[in-house]
Amino acid sequence: MKHTISVLVENKFGVLARISGLFSARGFNISSLAVGETEDPSVSRMTIVVEGDERTLEQIKKQLNKLIDTIKVIDFKEGEFVDRELVLIRVSVGSKNRKEVLEAIDSIGAKVVNAGSKSICVEVAGDQVKIKALLGLLRPFGILEVVRTGRVAMGTEDKIVKSEGKPEVNE
Amino acid sequence: MIECLKNEGVEVIFGYPGGQVLPIFDELYDAPIKFILTRHEQGAAHAADGYARATGKVGVCLATSGPGATNLVTGIATAYMDSIPMVAITGQVKSFLIGNDAFQEADITGITRPITKHNYLVEDVRDLARILKEAFHIASTGRPGPVLIDIPSDIQMQETEFEYPQKIEIRGYNPTYIGHIGQIKRAAKAIAEAKRPILYVGGGAIISGASEEVTELATKNDIPVAMTLLGLGAFPATDKLSLGMLGMHGTAYANHSIMESDLIIAVGARFDDRVTGKLDAFAPHAKVIHIDIDPASVSKNVEVDIPIVGDAKTVMKQLNKSVKKPDTAEWLKKIEEWKKKYPLKYKDDNKLRPQYVVEEIYNATKGEAIICTEVGQNQMWAAQFYKFMKPRTMLSSGGLGTMGYGFPAAIGAQMGKPGAVVFDIAGDGSIQMNIQELATAVVNKLPVKVAILNNCYLGMVRQWQELFYKKRYSYTCLGGTCPDFVKLAESYGAVGMRITRKEDVRPAIEKALKIDNTVFLDFHVEQEENVFPMVPAGEAINRMIEGGLA
Repeated sequence: MKHTISVLVENKFGVLARISGLFSARGFNISSLAVGETEDPSVSRMTIVVEGDERTLEQIKKQLNKLIDTIKVIDFKEGEFVDRELVLIRVSVGSKNRKEVLEAIDSIGAKVVNAGSKSICVEVAGDQVKIKALLGLLRPFGILEVVRTGRVAMGTEDKIVKSEGKPEVNE
Repeated sequence: MIECLKNEGVEVIFGYPGGQVLPIFDELYDAPIKFILTRHEQGAAHAADGYARATGKVGVCLATSGPGATNLVTGIATAYMDSIPMVAITGQVKSFLIGNDAFQEADITGITRPITKHNYLVEDVRDLARILKEAFHIASTGRPGPVLIDIPSDIQMQETEFEYPQKIEIRGYNPTYIGHIGQIKRAAKAIAEAKRPILYVGGGAIISGASEEVTELATKNDIPVAMTLLGLGAFPATDKLSLGMLGMHGTAYANHSIMESDLIIAVGARFDDRVTGKLDAFAPHAKVIHIDIDPASVSKNVEVDIPIVGDAKTVMKQLNKSVKKPDTAEWLKKIEEWKKKYPLKYKDDNKLRPQYVVEEIYNATKGEAIICTEVGQNQMWAAQFYKFMKPRTMLSSGGLGTMGYGFPAAIGAQMGKPGAVVFDIAGDGSIQMNIQELATAVVNKLPVKVAILNNCYLGMVRQWQELFYKKRYSYTCLGGTCPDFVKLAESYGAVGMRITRKEDVRPAIEKALKIDNTVFLDFHVEQEENVFPMVPAGEAINRMIEGGLA
């Protein structure tokens, strides 16, 4: 089963290596990992999508918490969060099917960010359903390249995640 | 840096100099901190570890960059697996050369990331005091462990205003010490209702100083106590409630007891594979209470019914207050039967057997000595036949199983406990892994006694080859290639003795105890003696091989 975990960590060099090293050393599988600075520049937030049963997940959370540079670990439950991913897809096009490809892109709400004579680069941002749908539509035309950011997730209003001891802004 | 170390109460540093730590060594030259020059950095790390285990203080070791730092790695990993508080300081090439493949450069923070509790690369001399303070705090609190600080040599030479921070703020680090009251109540209820309870006590009980509390819970409530290798000494071995060690080479009665128990009270132990054997067959009727400071240890291997995260000593104190005595009379009777039926034994003939040597070391030291061990048969015989009476007297590489640990650890222990009798129980294989430390022991006038159970084999591996590989002794025979340990000891200025007859064992030990110098006792023991009982790897722990015992 896939789980989405948010990890607040110190924004220092070497922290990503600690996290990824922990996963490889303990044999945990990462489906995707995205990291970036938060509203507090001293804190980075990672969104890690992992695969495993409840027990493995429990171990992952505990081991992450053990790291000195980990400030907080949040395991999102279904319905408690939204997640998004940005994907760039380069699809091959010819003069005959260009219109058809553009229609497919349009129908999903994706957009063309770069176009050449033989291929176009499409940007799609959204949840996994949307991304999967677009990939399905484009596959018959020939997908040349796919680049994904990995998922980022944010909890719903009652699940706002803050690093400890920091007052919330506008309060 | 020296000021910081003094502030942390550091009395002794074990280490080895080199190009990238010259500024630190220049400061050490007239610093009021004792420095012990080992003959290999691995020895320094193990010595710091032995010092920490014997005293409960943080052990400190120091090495140069590159090979100096990588030589510490085995020692750091050993300390990490056994949760030993240690601060390792390494020199690094100058900051602007890092990443350049400079001479004697190694990415030691990268290398030690999975074997340290935390590590630091110092980038600014103004951070040094804070980092040292944090390092000692992290190493010694919560579940202890080694912390490495890598200091580029240009930073070592910079000057800054010394100001030692009084407070520590690490927002991601806040170990739990006090047990959850609701969980304590549940545990107390489970103990009161138990018919066949057993205490399963590990190294965490020693580290936290919970020996007294464990003893109180056991003796006031008539609960038998089985210990892990690192838990030995937490409860006196001569007490009738002691079951000795459990697990792969544990006593048969400890293993039968835990398998038949209806309640396991685990204290600072982590249910590792050498203890549990086949996991799905482990203690099938037992409810499990698990007291541990590391939440990640709870329910990692064995599903726990009543987890209590907290410091073993604190939680045991809480538990002792609320527990009611269960009726264990029947249970203790059953255990007494097992003890009679399956005692620890070996063939008591006129041959010089290694178990006899260990027993005589016990008899001569009345269980008062600090016993270090190497790894393998020597380690298991020490655990089985020396009756450990006090915490911090059994120093052994339990988790990592590092051959070559015992001798430098004994040096560290003797430095920390100058008045104590310190023995290293060794094998002829293990002792050669850090034998260069003879120089360290002699130069520092450390009266460490090394009992080599010399059987001309890498005995434990040979035993497995005998039992599971049709006696194909592939590269485990050291016969004919061992040095003359007596002459070797003498060449370093230590005392060497060779013992080949059973009747000479006790007199030799007595004689060695009177010598105020490092002594090598080279016991030529039976060559193909095996450690029994033994649970084959992957079997349930009550399926023991008793072996060809008399």
